[in-house]
Amino acid sequence: MTTKPIAMHPTDMQSLSERSIESTEMKSPAASSVVCATNLGLTFETTDGPVTALSDVNLTVEKGDFVSFIGPSGCGKTTFLRVIADLEKPTSGTITVNGMTPEQARHKRAYGYVFQAAALYPWRTIEKNIALPLEIMGYSAAEQKERVARTLDLVSLTGFGKKYPWQLSGGMQQRASIARALAFDADLLLMDEPFGALDEIVRDHLNEALLKLWAQTNKTICFVTHSIPEAVYLSTKIVVMSPRPGRVTDVIESTLPRERPLDIRETPEFLEIAHRVREGLRAGHSYDV
Amino acid sequence: MERESFLRDRLIPIGTVIVAIVAIWYVAVIFLNAPFERDTAARNGETITFAEIVPKTMAQERPVLPAPHQVAAELWDTTVNKAVTSKRSLVYHAWVTLSATLLGFAMGTVLGILLAIGIVHNRAMDRSLMPWVIASQTIPILAIAPMIIVVLNAIGLSGLLPKALISTYLSFFPVVVGMVKGLRSPEQIQLDLMHTYNASSAQTFWKLRWPSSMPYLFTSLKVAVAISLVGAIVGELPTGAVAGLGARLLAGSYYGQTVQIWAALFMAAGVAALLVVIVGLAHSAVLRRMGARA
Ligand SMILES: Nc1ncnc2c1ncn2[C@@H]1O[C@H](COP(=O)(O)OP(=O)(O)OP(=O)(O)O)[C@@H](O)[C@H]1O
Ligand SMILES: [Mg+2]
Repeated sequence: MTTKPIAMHPTDMQSLSERSIESTEMKSPAASSVVCATNLGLTFETTDGPVTALSDVNLTVEKGDFVSFIGPSGCGKTTFLRVIADLEKPTSGTITVNGMTPEQARHKRAYGYVFQAAALYPWRTIEKNIALPLEIMGYSAAEQKERVARTLDLVSLTGFGKKYPWQLSGGMQQRASIARALAFDADLLLMDEPFGALDEIVRDHLNEALLKLWAQTNKTICFVTHSIPEAVYLSTKIVVMSPRPGRVTDVIESTLPRERPLDIRETPEFLEIAHRVREGLRAGHSYDV
Repeated sequence: MERESFLRDRLIPIGTVIVAIVAIWYVAVIFLNAPFERDTAARNGETITFAEIVPKTMAQERPVLPAPHQVAAELWDTTVNKAVTSKRSLVYHAWVTLSATLLGFAMGTVLGILLAIGIVHNRAMDRSLMPWVIASQTIPILAIAPMIIVVLNAIGLSGLLPKALISTYLSFFPVVVGMVKGLRSPEQIQLDLMHTYNASSAQTFWKLRWPSSMPYLFTSLKVAVAISLVGAIVGELPTGAVAGLGARLLAGSYYGQTVQIWAALFMAAGVAALLVVIVGLAHSAVLRRMGARA
């Protein structure tokens, strides 16, 4: 962070307040954390009246965290990721991404986003789809080729690079979209139910691969899921959310080691965390009733 | 197998329709041209039987409705038997009209695409331009064509360009409408993806909006190329142009040369069909290159 000397102009109230926010941020942990949301709220103005998707969300994500968001459908998980990604603007509270506003972070290409649907461009082959962000960010042709090959391998799609999206199964398309988000060097990975459409076996495989990738690259990952075992297996931190008006009801710090073989899912420690998540989800529901 | 299904699916239905049309046409020829034969016979004080009338109705010099074989003979005579540089060659006239058509079509396409880009990227242009684009097409082309030709003649422009401009006037419209729809066809999630990459609007345009709009563009182009031809022909009418299919139509109607009119009409239809087929082939070639399902 660059520390600018703060010149006070008492007459200029607006700049004064802006600067004081900036200066408090620098002292607070917000500056060092990857995502820091304080009293964050978002209300959509729809024709049927306002819809509150997020209210009073306080959360910090530290560098290297693997954070899972879990909660019933419509509780604002996607909306929260979209706020981080500067795809939605919060209507109250503040949020910083790498100590910047989400917009500044987006300009710096700070994150890769995996959408709930694969969103591949149908007129591009799989490798061309993966190369899309690389083209936009101006990587050289040689580097593009190398990165495409590497990420294809990472999601076990080697040999499918020349195929068009419609020639692949839904799960393979979703893996291609993950490869696309991994192809460039973003330290933050935002994943919105990336494995929701996949079968158990592929899911296990990709969960393992994702953990390996996370360990290797030291990326920070925000991951939305509906599956309690998946959340517990992957995360260092589990954020349990409750529906309408989109609150965080519990934040569970995982006590599991970072090194996690698949069969860790049968250990008592794992089951205990899973139990706590389930309790949290239940509590969230009773809030709704 | 392939050939058989081509025969069954295409040739037989199309052939049946053509045979039916030709048959109806011959019947119409007999009934429309018979009064002239009866009048001629009556004037000469002769009586004439139906069986005698029938062959005569198909061999008149200036029939109300020429018989198909007369039109075919005229077409053959004016395309194959005349040098293409001759003023009596229909190929020559078709080329005159075609060159104006192609120039007008090209200008209309470029204009249409540019307007669509403006409309899609600029809210003010969307609001201010679109009503004018639509209004432009409510003015009958037959009313505006003579004015365009006369005004351009007055400033020393004649020949190809005024005709091409009328084609442009007609053909830019479907292109604007189609391209506005096409450039707006990307889904929100596809646009969001570009947003997360912090892509510039030029990058979003070339890598997303433009490829998305291709099916819409070619559908519009098929309409545009056909009405470009209409525009070029209409452009030849008001000035009494000496060359082009429009000129042939006009000259034919001055001198009651119905066979010539019908031959010119068929030539125009043939050229239009050819143009639409070419655009269609370009369409499927582009879609194939864009990885569309076979
Ligand atoms: N663009 C929008 N306009 C209006 N309301 C919206 C919009 N996007 C989301 N919402 C509303 O905000 C709430 C949260 O939606 P969100 O998509 O974040 O849920 P989610 O937790 O991701 O659900 P799911 O698990 O089904 O994906 C929902 O009530 C939804 O109807
Ligand atoms: Mg969602």
